[in-house]
Amino acid sequence: MPANRPVNSKVTEQVMGNYISKIFGASPVGPIQDHMDACYRCSKELITFFEHVINANWDKVEASRIRIVDLEHEADDLKKQLRSQLPKSLFMPVPRQDLLELLLVQDRIANRVRDVSGLVLGRRMTIPPTMQQDFLAFVSRNVDAAKKARKSIRELDELYETGFRGAEAKLVESLVQELDQIEDDTDVMQARIRTELFSIEKDLPPVDVIFLYRVIELTGEIGDMAERIGRRLEVILSH
Amino acid sequence: MEHQLIYIVLAAVFGLYMAWGIGANDVANAMATSIGSGALTIRQALLVAAIFEFTGAVLAGGEVTSTIRRGIIDSSYVIGEPELLIYGMLAALLAAGTWLLLASRKGWPVSTTHSIVGAIVGFAVITLGIESVDWPQVGTIVASWVISPLMAGVIAFFIFNSIHWLILVRPDPLVRARRYAPLYIFVTVTLISLVTMFKGLNHVGLALSTTECYAVALAFGAVVALIGRWFVLRIPVDEKAERRFHYATVERVFGVLMVITACSMAFAHGSNDVANAIGPVAAVISIAQSGVVGQASPVSIWILLLGGAGIVIGLGTFGRHVIATVGSRITALTPTRGFSAELAAAFTIVFASGTGMPISTTHTLVGAILGVGVARGMTAIDLTVVGRIFVSWIVTIPAGAALSITFFYLLRWVLPG
Repeated sequence: MPANRPVNSKVTEQVMGNYISKIFGASPVGPIQDHMDACYRCSKELITFFEHVINANWDKVEASRIRIVDLEHEADDLKKQLRSQLPKSLFMPVPRQDLLELLLVQDRIANRVRDVSGLVLGRRMTIPPTMQQDFLAFVSRNVDAAKKARKSIRELDELYETGFRGAEAKLVESLVQELDQIEDDTDVMQARIRTELFSIEKDLPPVDVIFLYRVIELTGEIGDMAERIGRRLEVILSH
Repeated sequence: MEHQLIYIVLAAVFGLYMAWGIGANDVANAMATSIGSGALTIRQALLVAAIFEFTGAVLAGGEVTSTIRRGIIDSSYVIGEPELLIYGMLAALLAAGTWLLLASRKGWPVSTTHSIVGAIVGFAVITLGIESVDWPQVGTIVASWVISPLMAGVIAFFIFNSIHWLILVRPDPLVRARRYAPLYIFVTVTLISLVTMFKGLNHVGLALSTTECYAVALAFGAVVALIGRWFVLRIPVDEKAERRFHYATVERVFGVLMVITACSMAFAHGSNDVANAIGPVAAVISIAQSGVVGQASPVSIWILLLGGAGIVIGLGTFGRHVIATVGSRITALTPTRGFSAELAAAFTIVFASGTGMPISTTHTLVGAILGVGVARGMTAIDLTVVGRIFVSWIVTIPAGAALSITFFYLLRWVLPG
C-alpha cells in the first residue's frame, strides 16, 4: 500500500474529476463474509447455551441468550447494510438475486439459533438426562456445519478473483461436499435423538415432549441452512 | 498582420492554463488506478506522470495537435479574414477551460476533448457558416469517440481473459504469474513503442525506417521485460497476507506490471490530451506569425514542449491532491484488473494519437474497465455512474459550442482587430 495516505481537504474534494472512482460499486463480498461470520458465531454460542441448560444454571443461560440475541442483531444489521448497498443498477459477475438469496439463507442460521434459544429459555426447558450426551453432540455437529459453511463463504473473495473457475472453484466444490457430509451426520443424529425421545415420551409431560420435538427440529434446521448455503454456492459456481 | 504579439501571448497563456487544467484534473484518472492498487506511492506516481505525460506530449502529441489545429475547419473559408480563426481558437480555448473549471468544481464527468472539438465546431458553424466545417473529418472524430471505448473494452476483455486462463485458474498461479509477467511487459512496451515510432516521431524530426522501428521497439521491450523480470522474481511471498487472501502475492506481481501500464497510461494521456491545450495555440501562432491560414508546416516542437510543461505544472500544483484522493477511492481495481484495463486503454489511446484522433482518455478507460467487468473481473460496477459519464459527452459538445460562440463575440469586441 502507498506509504503516505492522501490528505482529504475540501479543496481537493471540489477540484477533481473523481467520477472514475464512483463507477466502482462497493464490493458485496466482504459484507457477505462478515455476515456469515456473525451467523456462525451466533450458532456457536448455542453449544454454551445448551451446556448451561443441562446444568440448569439459568443465570448463565440468560447471559448466553443475550449474547445470541446480540449476535443475531449484528447479523441483521449487516444484512440490512448489504441490501442497501446493492442497488439494481450494479453490474456484477454474480447476479444480485443470487447474492440476496445467499444472504437470506445465512441469516436463517442466526434466526433459528435465536428461536430455539428463546423457546428453551422461555419455557425453562430441560433435556431428559438419557438424551443429554447425544443432544449436545447433535447441537455441536450442526454448529460444525455452520462452521464449514463459513469456511466456504471465506473463499468467496478468491472465487471472485478467479472468475469462479479453475482450481479455486474445485476447492470450493470440495468444501461444499464436506459440508454435505456433515449435514448427513446431523440428519442421522437427529433421527436417533427422535427415536430416543420417542422411547421415553410417555413418561414425560406431553406439552414438554411436543416442545422438545420442536427444539430438535429447529436445531436441525441450522445444519439444513448450512447445507443450503452450499447449494447457493454451487448455483454461483454454475454461472 | 497587426497585434500578432498580443495574439501569440494570449494563445500561449490560455493554452498553458488549459494544459495546467488537464494536468491538475485529468491526469488523476489516468494515474489513480496505479495508486489505488498500491503499485505506486503518490510521490512515485507524480514522478512517473510528469516524465511520461511530458514525453507522450512531445514525442507522440503531434498528430492530434495537427487535427485540432487544422483538421476541423476548412481553411479556405477564412483566407480573407485570418483574425476570425484566431478569435475562434482563443474562444475555443477559453470555452474548454471554463467548462473544465466549472465541471471539476461541480464534479461533473466531462471530457476536455469533447468540449474543445464542440467549441471549434460551434464557432465555425456560427461565424464562418456550416460549410466551413470539415464534416467528414468531424464525423470520423465522433466515430472515434464511439469506437475508442469499445475497442478498449474488447482489448481489456481479452487481456483479462488471458491472465485468467494463463494464471488465475491454475493450481500454481504464483509460479505462472512470475513466468508470464515479463512476457506481458514485453508485449506492452513493444506495442506502444511501435505505434509511437510509426506515427508520432516525425514531429520530433526523427525518421526511422520500418526495420529500424521494429528493431528499436523489440529491443526496448526486451530490456524493460528483463528489468521487470528482475523485480518480479524478487517479490517475497507474504505468508500472512496469503492466509487471508490466497492470491495476495499474485496481485503483488501484477503490481509491478501496473507500474509499466501507469507509465504507458501517462504517456498515452500526454500524447492525446496535450492537443486539447496546444492545438488551438498552434493554430493561432501559425496564423499570427505568417498571416496565412492553413499553412502545412508541422507543429513546432516548442509548442509541444509548452503543452508538456503546462501538464507537469498542473500535476505539481493540484494534481497530487487529486491523484491522492481519486487513488484512495479506487481500491476495487486490483492489479490484475487494473493492469488489463490500463493496458487496453493505453494502447487504444496511443493508437488514436498515432492516427490523429482526439479521443477522451476517461471514456476509453471506462470502456476498458467495463470490458474487464464483462469478463467477470469486477465485483460491482455502478451502471448509473457509467451511464452518466457517457451521457456527458453528448452534453459537453453543445455546451462547449455555446461557450465558444459567446467568447468569440466577446473577444471580437474586446480585442483590437
